[in-house]
Amino acid sequence: MAGAGRLALVRGLQVAAHLGAFLPLAWLVVAVPRGALGGDPVEELIHYLGMGALRLLLLTLLVSPLAKGLGVGPLLRLRRPLGLWCFVWGCLHFATWLGLDLVFAWGLIGAELVERTYILLGFTALVILAALAVTSLPALVRRLGRRWKSLHRLIYPAVLLVCVHFWWSVKSGWIEPAIYLAIALALLWWRRGALWPPGMKG
Amino acid sequence: MLIKTRRPTPIPESQVTPEAVHGDRRRILAGLGFGALLAGANARAGLLDFLSPAAPAPAVAAAPRKPLVYDRGVIPPGLVLTPEEKATNHNNFYEFGTGKTDPARHSQGLRTEPWTLRVEGEVARPGTLDVAQLIAAGGLEERIYRMRCVEAWSMVIPWVGLELGKVLKGFEPTSRARFVAFETLHDPEQMPGQKSAYLGGGIDYPYVEGLRIDEAMHPLTLLAVGIYGRTLPPQNGAPLRLVVPWKYGFKGIKSIVRIRLVETMPPTSWSRLAPDEYGFYANVNPAVDHPRWSQASERFIGPGGVLDVRRQPTLPFNGYGDEVASLYAGMNLRRHF
Repeated sequence: MAGAGRLALVRGLQVAAHLGAFLPLAWLVVAVPRGALGGDPVEELIHYLGMGALRLLLLTLLVSPLAKGLGVGPLLRLRRPLGLWCFVWGCLHFATWLGLDLVFAWGLIGAELVERTYILLGFTALVILAALAVTSLPALVRRLGRRWKSLHRLIYPAVLLVCVHFWWSVKSGWIEPAIYLAIALALLWWRRGALWPPGMKG
Repeated sequence: MLIKTRRPTPIPESQVTPEAVHGDRRRILAGLGFGALLAGANARAGLLDFLSPAAPAPAVAAAPRKPLVYDRGVIPPGLVLTPEEKATNHNNFYEFGTGKTDPARHSQGLRTEPWTLRVEGEVARPGTLDVAQLIAAGGLEERIYRMRCVEAWSMVIPWVGLELGKVLKGFEPTSRARFVAFETLHDPEQMPGQKSAYLGGGIDYPYVEGLRIDEAMHPLTLLAVGIYGRTLPPQNGAPLRLVVPWKYGFKGIKSIVRIRLVETMPPTSWSRLAPDEYGFYANVNPAVDHPRWSQASERFIGPGGVLDVRRQPTLPFNGYGDEVASLYAGMNLRRHF
């Protein structure tokens, strides 16, 4: 009975994850034409999509501590939808910058990617997320076996890259990026045992 | 009047489309057989409507704006005005929040009447100026200027105001006046960003700006009281702001209450916050990048939706080099950014 109840709960949470990640995108379709993001929504759109991706990334990292802490193993099933939606938001964030801010000025895009450290950090994180998204196909998960786990640990550097990308991208005000970085560090601290196994300690 | 001779040649009257023809252009084009073409354009617009904020939501209980009496300005050839809704709904005014729509949302209650400006320091006749009297005194003129934000976007805005130099001369600057320091209203009760470092982006308020005396006295430098023919809305710096068209937008300090003429270079808010990113001069310069982004080009915020966005090259001194480059002769502009 308890097992079935938990499964139903996880199902419900899966649906909530999909809706929670999709509906704010659908909202844009209504909100942008009504001017909710201002007279020139490009910058706000980029920020909105980037913040969404960061929040989804942190939620993805929150799943394991929750599952272990609450002793509800099936919760782990939330990781894949949350992680994939994070990748979708990240792609839209990048595509908006590319297409609506720089307007596909490829020379400029290349130069900005290489010369601006914060853009390079964000882009590196997106490349990592792309690798993780592709290898989350069930067939590839099985084929990669153990290597899948080590590959997917790349989410830890990715979240740090994204937090620093956010911090360095703001014109002023460090409080908000600091809060996100602190959450990311807390989520990584919880995993310190896995990141530095006891045998590896000096 | 010297300035008129230096200005780019206005479009001859013969080339200006009569208003009636302009207003009827769709019907006229349709008559000429462009109907099918136009239909195609409209279909495209329809598909992508969701990305076209044609009419941003009006600000909540918008502050009243009065029509102004002024000499009309000329749109320099090749420039297109930014729609008024965009210029008044996309603002940087951190006293009301750091988001671009925050100022329009949170500033409508700003009390701008009565408003006095204190002019003091190295002047023979220090005193105060009442903004209502300044407007009533007449002599306002419209100046259509490019506006280039340090964040690499730009607009073309019709300001209404007076040359700052003419206003300052009335107070008789002394020979020791080498710089001009400006200060925004400091009123945390009205300006939520001044109350909280979180909302205000960590700026040390009140916001302060400065110009060299020759920059302040330059005929392009404007003390603006209006845009688009009416008094300034609060989010654009009501009731009185600075416009220096060859400098990045943050030099255009808003809601000014005090001007001091001083001997030494005054501190400025952004260079205090991040001295490696924002300098005192802040002249628009495509050759000197912001440490975190290129200044070589800019996104022009004009008519249409986000898909009509144009990326255009940024001009040295924002296109006003002929008028102002001589002010900086011999200066290393890479060092004095």
